[in-house]
Amino acid sequence: MSATIKVTAADFDQLVLKSSKPVLVDFWAEWCGPCRAIAPILDDLAAEHGDKITIAKLNTDEESAIAIKYGVTSIPMLNLYVNGEVVKTIIGAKPKPALLKELEGFI
Amino acid sequence: MSTDIGDVVREVVVVGSGPAGYTAAIYAARADLKPVVYEGSVTAGGALMNTTEVENFPGFVDGVMGPDLMDSMRKQAKRFGAELITDDIVAMDLTGDIKSVTDGSGNVVRAKSVILAMGSAYREIGLENEKRLSGRGVSWCATCDGFFFRDQVIAVVGGGDSAIEEANFLTKFASKVILIHRRDSLRASKIMQERAFNNPKIELLWNTEVIDVLGADKVEGLKLRNTITGEESASAVTGLFVAIGHIPRSELVVGQISLDNEGYVSVEGRSTRTNIAGVFACGDLVDHTYQQAITAAGSGCQAAIDAEKFLSH
Repeated sequence: MSATIKVTAADFDQLVLKSSKPVLVDFWAEWCGPCRAIAPILDDLAAEHGDKITIAKLNTDEESAIAIKYGVTSIPMLNLYVNGEVVKTIIGAKPKPALLKELEGFI
Repeated sequence: MSTDIGDVVREVVVVGSGPAGYTAAIYAARADLKPVVYEGSVTAGGALMNTTEVENFPGFVDGVMGPDLMDSMRKQAKRFGAELITDDIVAMDLTGDIKSVTDGSGNVVRAKSVILAMGSAYREIGLENEKRLSGRGVSWCATCDGFFFRDQVIAVVGGGDSAIEEANFLTKFASKVILIHRRDSLRASKIMQERAFNNPKIELLWNTEVIDVLGADKVEGLKLRNTITGEESASAVTGLFVAIGHIPRSELVVGQISLDNEGYVSVEGRSTRTNIAGVFACGDLVDHTYQQAITAAGSGCQAAIDAEKFLSH
Protein backbone atom coordinates (compact mmCIF):
# COMPACT_ATOMS: atom_id res chain seq x y z
CA MET A 1 0.00 0.00 0.00
CA SER A 2 1.48 3.30 -1.10
CA ALA A 3 0.05 6.76 -0.76
CA THR A 4 0.40 9.80 -2.98
CA ILE A 5 3.37 12.04 -2.20
CA LYS A 6 3.49 15.81 -2.16
CA VAL A 7 6.19 17.41 -4.29
CA THR A 8 7.52 20.96 -4.25
CA ALA A 9 10.12 22.98 -6.15
CA ALA A 10 12.71 21.90 -3.58
CA ASP A 11 12.34 18.17 -4.16
CA PHE A 12 10.90 17.99 -7.69
CA ASP A 13 14.28 17.13 -9.18
CA GLN A 14 14.96 14.37 -6.67
CA LEU A 15 11.50 12.84 -6.37
CA VAL A 16 10.27 13.23 -9.93
CA LEU A 17 13.02 13.79 -12.49
CA LYS A 18 15.56 11.42 -10.91
CA SER A 19 13.08 8.76 -9.86
CA SER A 20 13.83 5.22 -10.98
CA LYS A 21 10.09 4.57 -11.29
CA PRO A 22 7.66 6.41 -13.57
CA VAL A 23 6.06 9.32 -11.72
CA LEU A 24 2.59 10.67 -12.43
CA VAL A 25 2.43 14.28 -11.24
CA ASP A 26 -1.01 15.75 -10.56
CA PHE A 27 -0.95 19.54 -11.05
CA TRP A 28 -3.88 20.68 -8.93
CA ALA A 29 -5.29 23.48 -6.79
CA GLU A 30 -7.71 23.79 -3.90
CA TRP A 31 -10.17 25.94 -5.85
CA CYS A 32 -10.47 23.51 -8.77
CA GLY A 33 -13.59 21.31 -8.48
CA PRO A 34 -12.51 18.62 -10.97
CA CYS A 35 -9.14 18.37 -9.14
CA ARG A 36 -10.96 17.51 -5.93
CA ALA A 37 -13.11 15.03 -7.86
CA ILE A 38 -10.12 13.00 -9.06
CA ALA A 39 -8.20 13.08 -5.76
CA PRO A 40 -9.74 9.81 -4.45
CA ILE A 41 -9.04 8.11 -7.80
CA LEU A 42 -5.36 9.08 -7.53
CA ASP A 43 -5.29 7.76 -3.96
CA ASP A 44 -6.62 4.45 -5.33
CA LEU A 45 -4.00 4.35 -8.07
CA ALA A 46 -1.23 4.93 -5.52
CA ALA A 47 -2.59 2.19 -3.26
CA GLU A 48 -3.09 -0.33 -6.06
CA HIS A 49 -0.14 0.37 -8.35
CA GLY A 50 2.38 2.08 -6.07
CA ASP A 51 4.92 -0.67 -6.70
CA LYS A 52 5.23 0.35 -10.35
CA ILE A 53 4.42 4.04 -10.39
CA THR A 54 4.70 6.95 -7.98
CA ILE A 55 1.69 9.26 -7.79
CA ALA A 56 2.78 12.78 -6.82
CA LYS A 57 0.75 15.92 -6.22
CA LEU A 58 1.97 19.41 -6.99
CA ASN A 59 -0.06 22.35 -5.73
CA THR A 60 0.02 24.91 -8.56
CA ASP A 61 -0.94 27.69 -6.15
CA GLU A 62 2.13 27.14 -4.00
CA GLU A 63 4.49 26.02 -6.77
CA SER A 64 3.56 28.24 -9.68
CA ALA A 65 7.13 28.31 -11.07
CA ILE A 66 7.04 24.59 -11.88
CA ALA A 67 3.50 24.89 -13.24
CA ILE A 68 4.67 27.66 -15.57
CA LYS A 69 7.77 25.69 -16.56
CA TYR A 70 5.62 22.79 -17.71
CA GLY A 71 3.14 25.06 -19.46
CA VAL A 72 0.15 24.31 -17.27
CA THR A 73 -2.92 26.29 -18.33
CA SER A 74 -5.64 23.81 -17.41
CA ILE A 75 -6.03 21.72 -14.29
CA PRO A 76 -6.26 19.00 -13.33
CA MET A 77 -3.29 18.12 -15.54
CA LEU A 78 -1.39 14.87 -15.08
CA ASN A 79 2.15 14.61 -16.46
CA LEU A 80 3.83 11.22 -16.60
CA TYR A 81 7.60 11.45 -16.14
CA VAL A 82 9.91 8.63 -17.14
CA ASN A 83 13.66 9.19 -16.68
CA GLY A 84 13.06 12.91 -16.26
CA GLU A 85 11.09 13.31 -19.49
CA VAL A 86 7.38 13.98 -19.89
CA VAL A 87 6.10 11.00 -21.86
CA LYS A 88 2.39 11.66 -21.48
CA THR A 89 0.07 14.50 -20.55
CA ILE A 90 -3.51 13.89 -19.46
CA ILE A 91 -5.68 16.98 -19.18
CA GLY A 92 -9.01 17.15 -17.37
CA ALA A 93 -10.75 14.92 -14.86
CA LYS A 94 -11.16 11.36 -16.12
CA PRO A 95 -12.84 8.33 -14.50
CA LYS A 96 -10.60 5.61 -13.12
CA PRO A 97 -11.01 3.10 -16.01
CA ALA A 98 -10.03 5.85 -18.49
CA LEU A 99 -6.95 6.76 -16.41
CA LEU A 100 -5.92 3.10 -16.16
CA LYS A 101 -6.16 2.85 -19.92
CA GLU A 102 -3.98 5.95 -20.34
CA LEU A 103 -1.40 4.43 -18.01
CA GLU A 104 -1.32 1.04 -19.73
CA GLY A 105 2.25 -0.10 -20.20
CA PHE A 106 3.43 1.81 -17.12
CA ILE A 107 1.52 -0.05 -14.40
CA MET B 1 -16.62 -10.06 -14.11
CA SER B 2 -19.76 -8.13 -13.45
CA THR B 3 -21.44 -8.63 -10.14
CA ASP B 4 -24.98 -7.93 -9.04
CA ILE B 5 -25.28 -5.67 -6.03
CA GLY B 6 -27.33 -8.18 -4.11
CA ASP B 7 -30.19 -9.99 -5.76
CA VAL B 8 -32.70 -7.36 -4.81
CA VAL B 9 -34.55 -5.43 -7.44
CA ARG B 10 -34.51 -1.82 -6.31
CA GLU B 11 -37.47 0.48 -6.61
CA VAL B 12 -35.56 3.27 -8.32
CA VAL B 13 -32.08 4.13 -9.46
CA VAL B 14 -31.12 7.73 -10.19
CA VAL B 15 -28.38 8.30 -12.79
CA GLY B 16 -26.73 11.69 -12.31
CA SER B 17 -26.25 14.10 -9.47
CA GLY B 18 -26.80 17.73 -10.34
CA PRO B 19 -29.71 19.66 -8.82
CA ALA B 20 -32.07 17.35 -10.76
CA GLY B 21 -30.52 14.07 -9.58
CA TYR B 22 -30.16 15.10 -5.93
CA THR B 23 -33.66 16.58 -5.77
CA ALA B 24 -35.09 13.39 -7.28
CA ALA B 25 -33.10 11.48 -4.64
CA ILE B 26 -34.47 13.63 -1.79
CA TYR B 27 -38.07 13.12 -2.90
CA ALA B 28 -37.64 9.42 -3.69
CA ALA B 29 -35.93 8.80 -0.35
CA ARG B 30 -38.70 10.61 1.54
CA ALA B 31 -41.21 8.45 -0.34
CA ASP B 32 -39.37 5.44 1.11
CA LEU B 33 -38.28 4.22 -2.33
CA LYS B 34 -34.69 3.74 -1.05
CA PRO B 35 -33.08 5.20 -4.17
CA VAL B 36 -29.61 4.28 -5.37
CA VAL B 37 -27.96 7.36 -6.84
CA TYR B 38 -25.05 7.11 -9.25
CA GLU B 39 -23.36 10.47 -8.81
CA GLY B 40 -20.58 10.06 -11.40
CA SER B 41 -16.92 9.46 -10.54
CA VAL B 42 -15.62 12.84 -11.67
CA THR B 43 -18.86 14.64 -12.46
CA ALA B 44 -20.53 14.31 -9.04
CA GLY B 45 -22.49 17.45 -8.25
CA GLY B 46 -22.85 18.37 -11.90
CA ALA B 47 -22.22 21.61 -13.70
CA LEU B 48 -22.56 23.79 -10.59
CA MET B 49 -19.35 22.29 -9.19
CA ASN B 50 -17.43 24.47 -11.64
CA THR B 51 -19.21 27.71 -10.91
CA THR B 52 -18.60 30.34 -8.30
CA GLU B 53 -21.46 32.28 -6.79
CA VAL B 54 -25.06 31.35 -7.57
CA GLU B 55 -27.13 34.46 -6.92
CA ASN B 56 -30.53 33.39 -8.18
CA PHE B 57 -31.27 30.18 -6.27
CA PRO B 58 -34.28 31.09 -4.10
CA GLY B 59 -33.72 31.00 -0.37
CA PHE B 60 -30.13 32.20 -0.41
CA VAL B 61 -30.41 35.92 0.24
CA ASP B 62 -26.70 36.58 -0.16
CA GLY B 63 -26.05 33.96 -2.83
CA VAL B 64 -24.35 30.62 -2.38
CA MET B 65 -21.26 29.03 -3.89
CA GLY B 66 -22.21 26.39 -6.50
CA PRO B 67 -20.16 23.59 -4.88
CA ASP B 68 -21.60 24.43 -1.42
CA LEU B 69 -25.15 24.31 -2.78
CA MET B 70 -24.51 20.89 -4.29
CA ASP B 71 -22.87 19.64 -1.12
CA SER B 72 -25.97 20.67 0.84
CA MET B 73 -28.32 18.92 -1.60
CA ARG B 74 -26.16 15.81 -1.40
CA LYS B 75 -26.27 15.77 2.40
CA GLN B 76 -30.01 16.33 2.33
CA ALA B 77 -30.47 13.29 0.06
CA LYS B 78 -28.19 11.23 2.33
CA ARG B 79 -30.07 12.33 5.43
CA PHE B 80 -33.24 10.67 4.12
CA GLY B 81 -31.45 7.47 3.25
CA ALA B 82 -30.52 7.79 -0.43
CA GLU B 83 -27.65 5.43 -1.24
CA LEU B 84 -25.04 7.57 -3.00
CA ILE B 85 -22.44 5.87 -5.19
CA THR B 86 -19.54 7.89 -6.61
CA ASP B 87 -19.15 5.95 -9.82
CA ASP B 88 -20.25 6.25 -13.44
CA ILE B 89 -22.95 4.30 -15.19
CA VAL B 90 -21.38 2.88 -18.34
CA ALA B 91 -24.30 0.86 -19.72
CA MET B 92 -28.08 0.74 -19.28
CA ASP B 93 -30.76 -1.67 -20.36
CA LEU B 94 -34.04 0.17 -20.02
CA THR B 95 -36.27 -2.22 -21.89
CA GLY B 96 -38.41 -4.69 -19.98
CA ASP B 97 -40.10 -4.42 -16.61
CA ILE B 98 -36.84 -4.75 -14.71
CA LYS B 99 -34.21 -2.27 -15.87
CA SER B 100 -30.51 -2.74 -15.27
CA VAL B 101 -27.61 -0.34 -15.10
CA THR B 102 -23.91 -1.25 -15.03
CA ASP B 103 -21.34 0.90 -13.27
CA GLY B 104 -17.68 1.59 -14.02
CA SER B 105 -16.58 -1.13 -11.60
CA GLY B 106 -18.73 -3.76 -13.30
CA ASN B 107 -21.53 -3.86 -10.71
CA VAL B 108 -25.06 -4.28 -12.01
CA VAL B 109 -28.05 -2.72 -10.29
CA ARG B 110 -31.55 -3.81 -11.22
CA ALA B 111 -34.54 -1.61 -10.61
CA LYS B 112 -38.21 -1.24 -11.43
CA SER B 113 -37.72 2.36 -12.43
CA VAL B 114 -34.90 4.63 -13.55
CA ILE B 115 -34.60 8.40 -13.27
CA LEU B 116 -32.24 9.81 -15.86
CA ALA B 117 -30.47 13.01 -14.76
CA MET B 118 -27.17 12.89 -16.63
CA GLY B 119 -27.22 16.61 -17.36
CA SER B 120 -25.21 18.21 -20.09
CA ALA B 121 -21.66 18.61 -21.33
CA TYR B 122 -19.95 21.73 -22.63
CA ARG B 123 -20.67 22.55 -26.22
CA GLU B 124 -17.59 22.91 -28.40
CA ILE B 125 -17.25 25.40 -31.23
CA GLY B 126 -16.29 22.47 -33.44
CA LEU B 127 -12.88 23.58 -34.70
CA GLU B 128 -10.03 21.14 -35.17
CA ASN B 129 -7.53 23.43 -33.48
CA GLU B 130 -9.91 24.03 -30.58
CA LYS B 131 -9.62 20.33 -29.76
CA ARG B 132 -5.88 20.20 -30.41
CA LEU B 133 -5.19 23.17 -28.10
CA SER B 134 -7.66 22.08 -25.45
CA GLY B 135 -5.81 22.38 -22.15
CA ARG B 136 -3.17 24.43 -23.97
CA GLY B 137 -5.01 27.71 -23.69
CA VAL B 138 -8.47 26.54 -24.72
CA SER B 139 -10.58 26.01 -21.62
CA TRP B 140 -14.14 25.23 -20.58
CA CYS B 141 -13.65 26.00 -16.88
CA ALA B 142 -12.89 29.57 -15.86
CA THR B 143 -12.83 28.73 -12.16
CA CYS B 144 -10.24 25.99 -12.78
CA ASP B 145 -7.96 27.74 -15.22
CA GLY B 146 -8.40 31.50 -14.85
CA PHE B 147 -5.48 31.64 -12.43
CA PHE B 148 -3.02 30.66 -15.18
CA PHE B 149 -3.84 33.73 -17.28
CA ARG B 150 -2.71 36.43 -14.87
CA ASP B 151 -1.98 39.75 -16.65
CA GLN B 152 -2.74 38.23 -20.05
CA VAL B 153 -5.24 39.14 -22.74
CA ILE B 154 -7.80 36.37 -23.17
CA ALA B 155 -11.11 35.81 -24.91
CA VAL B 156 -14.46 34.40 -23.88
CA VAL B 157 -16.85 33.23 -26.58
CA GLY B 158 -20.57 33.22 -25.84
CA GLY B 159 -23.44 35.57 -24.96
CA GLY B 160 -25.41 33.93 -22.16
CA ASP B 161 -25.25 34.26 -18.38
CA SER B 162 -22.46 31.68 -18.13
CA ALA B 163 -20.29 33.53 -20.64
CA ILE B 164 -20.72 36.82 -18.79
CA GLU B 165 -20.12 35.19 -15.41
CA GLU B 166 -16.90 33.66 -16.75
CA ALA B 167 -15.78 36.93 -18.35
CA ASN B 168 -16.36 38.82 -15.11
CA PHE B 169 -14.59 36.17 -13.06
CA LEU B 170 -11.63 36.13 -15.44
CA THR B 171 -11.07 39.90 -15.08
CA LYS B 172 -9.78 39.09 -11.59
CA PHE B 173 -6.71 37.61 -13.30
CA ALA B 174 -6.50 38.77 -16.91
CA SER B 175 -5.43 42.25 -17.99
CA LYS B 176 -8.22 42.26 -20.57
CA VAL B 177 -11.07 39.93 -21.46
CA ILE B 178 -12.50 40.11 -24.98
CA LEU B 179 -16.08 38.86 -25.03
CA ILE B 180 -16.87 37.51 -28.48
CA HIS B 181 -20.50 37.09 -29.49
CA ARG B 182 -22.08 36.15 -32.80
CA ARG B 183 -25.01 38.55 -32.51
CA ASP B 184 -25.45 42.23 -31.72
CA SER B 185 -27.10 41.69 -28.36
CA LEU B 186 -26.52 39.34 -25.42
CA ARG B 187 -28.81 36.53 -24.34
CA ALA B 188 -27.73 37.03 -20.75
CA SER B 189 -30.02 38.48 -18.07
CA LYS B 190 -30.09 42.27 -17.77
CA ILE B 191 -28.19 42.30 -14.46
CA MET B 192 -25.36 40.24 -15.99
CA GLN B 193 -25.28 42.39 -19.12
CA GLU B 194 -24.89 45.53 -17.00
CA ARG B 195 -21.95 43.91 -15.24
CA ALA B 196 -20.27 43.21 -18.55
CA PHE B 197 -20.89 46.73 -19.84
CA ASN B 198 -19.64 48.30 -16.60
CA ASN B 199 -16.49 46.21 -16.28
CA PRO B 200 -13.62 48.29 -17.69
CA LYS B 201 -11.56 45.15 -18.35
CA ILE B 202 -14.20 43.59 -20.63
CA GLU B 203 -14.20 44.53 -24.28
CA LEU B 204 -17.22 43.41 -26.32
CA LEU B 205 -16.83 42.19 -29.85
CA TRP B 206 -20.27 41.98 -31.45
CA ASN B 207 -21.31 40.06 -34.59
CA THR B 208 -18.14 38.05 -34.46
CA GLU B 209 -17.40 34.35 -34.60
CA VAL B 210 -14.23 32.40 -33.92
CA ILE B 211 -13.24 30.50 -37.06
CA ASP B 212 -9.83 29.24 -35.98
CA VAL B 213 -7.57 28.98 -32.96
CA LEU B 214 -3.94 29.77 -33.72
CA GLY B 215 -0.76 28.51 -32.08
CA ALA B 216 1.77 25.69 -32.47
CA ASP B 217 1.61 24.13 -29.01
CA LYS B 218 -0.30 26.77 -27.08
CA VAL B 219 -2.92 29.37 -27.93
CA GLU B 220 -1.37 32.46 -29.49
CA GLY B 221 -4.36 34.02 -31.19
CA LEU B 222 -7.74 33.66 -32.81
CA LYS B 223 -8.96 34.04 -36.34
CA LEU B 224 -12.28 35.88 -36.31
CA ARG B 225 -14.99 36.61 -38.84
CA ASN B 226 -17.58 39.35 -38.78
CA THR B 227 -20.96 37.63 -39.16
CA ILE B 228 -22.42 40.55 -41.11
CA THR B 229 -19.63 41.76 -43.40
CA GLY B 230 -17.76 38.47 -43.59
CA GLU B 231 -14.56 40.38 -42.93
CA GLU B 232 -11.82 38.28 -41.30
CA SER B 233 -9.38 39.48 -38.66
CA ALA B 234 -6.93 38.13 -36.11
CA SER B 235 -6.77 38.72 -32.38
CA ALA B 236 -3.71 38.03 -30.24
CA VAL B 237 -4.88 36.25 -27.11
CA THR B 238 -3.25 33.55 -24.99
CA GLY B 239 -6.44 31.95 -23.77
CA LEU B 240 -9.88 31.09 -25.12
CA PHE B 241 -12.73 30.23 -22.77
CA VAL B 242 -15.64 28.58 -24.54
CA ALA B 243 -19.08 29.25 -23.01
CA ILE B 244 -21.52 28.68 -25.84
CA GLY B 245 -23.94 26.42 -24.06
CA HIS B 246 -24.33 22.73 -23.47
CA ILE B 247 -25.26 19.49 -25.16
CA PRO B 248 -27.33 16.81 -23.42
CA ARG B 249 -25.45 13.76 -22.12
CA SER B 250 -27.81 11.26 -23.68
CA GLU B 251 -25.23 9.03 -25.39
CA LEU B 252 -25.93 6.04 -23.11
CA VAL B 253 -29.61 5.92 -23.99
CA VAL B 254 -29.41 6.58 -27.73
CA GLY B 255 -31.42 3.90 -29.52
CA GLN B 256 -33.28 2.92 -26.35
CA ILE B 257 -35.54 5.89 -25.68
CA SER B 258 -36.90 8.73 -27.78
CA LEU B 259 -34.67 11.76 -28.18
CA ASP B 260 -35.43 14.95 -30.06
CA ASN B 261 -33.30 15.99 -33.01
CA GLU B 262 -30.83 17.81 -30.73
CA GLY B 263 -30.31 14.75 -28.53
CA TYR B 264 -32.48 15.82 -25.58
CA VAL B 265 -34.61 13.09 -24.04
CA SER B 266 -38.24 13.54 -25.05
CA VAL B 267 -40.83 13.54 -22.27
CA GLU B 268 -44.59 13.40 -22.35
CA GLY B 269 -46.23 16.81 -21.94
CA ARG B 270 -45.43 18.47 -18.64
CA SER B 271 -44.43 15.16 -17.04
CA THR B 272 -40.99 13.51 -16.87
CA ARG B 273 -42.23 10.27 -18.49
CA THR B 274 -40.16 9.03 -21.41
CA ASN B 275 -41.54 6.68 -24.06
CA ILE B 276 -40.52 3.67 -21.93
CA ALA B 277 -42.71 2.84 -18.93
CA GLY B 278 -40.75 3.25 -15.71
CA VAL B 279 -38.06 5.51 -17.19
CA PHE B 280 -38.17 9.18 -16.26
CA ALA B 281 -35.91 12.03 -17.29
CA CYS B 282 -35.21 15.43 -15.77
CA GLY B 283 -32.82 18.38 -15.61
CA ASP B 284 -30.59 19.59 -18.43
CA LEU B 285 -31.00 16.22 -20.14
CA VAL B 286 -34.52 17.20 -21.20
CA ASP B 287 -34.43 20.99 -21.06
CA HIS B 288 -33.16 23.06 -23.95
CA THR B 289 -34.98 26.16 -22.85
CA TYR B 290 -34.40 27.10 -19.22
CA GLN B 291 -31.30 25.22 -17.99
CA GLN B 292 -31.31 26.74 -14.53
CA ALA B 293 -30.40 25.10 -11.22
CA ILE B 294 -33.90 25.80 -9.93
CA THR B 295 -35.71 24.39 -12.99
CA ALA B 296 -33.49 21.30 -12.89
CA ALA B 297 -34.30 20.82 -9.20
CA GLY B 298 -38.01 21.29 -9.97
CA SER B 299 -37.98 18.65 -12.68
CA GLY B 300 -36.02 16.28 -10.42
CA CYS B 301 -38.85 16.59 -7.91
CA GLN B 302 -41.38 15.84 -10.67
CA ALA B 303 -39.42 12.78 -11.77
CA ALA B 304 -39.45 11.31 -8.25
CA ILE B 305 -43.18 11.93 -7.93
CA ASP B 306 -43.83 10.42 -11.38
CA ALA B 307 -41.73 7.39 -10.44
CA GLU B 308 -43.55 6.97 -7.14
CA LYS B 309 -46.90 7.08 -8.95
CA PHE B 310 -45.69 4.53 -11.48
CA LEU B 311 -44.42 2.17 -8.77
CA SER B 312 -47.64 2.30 -6.78
CA HIS B 313 -49.66 0.93 -9.72
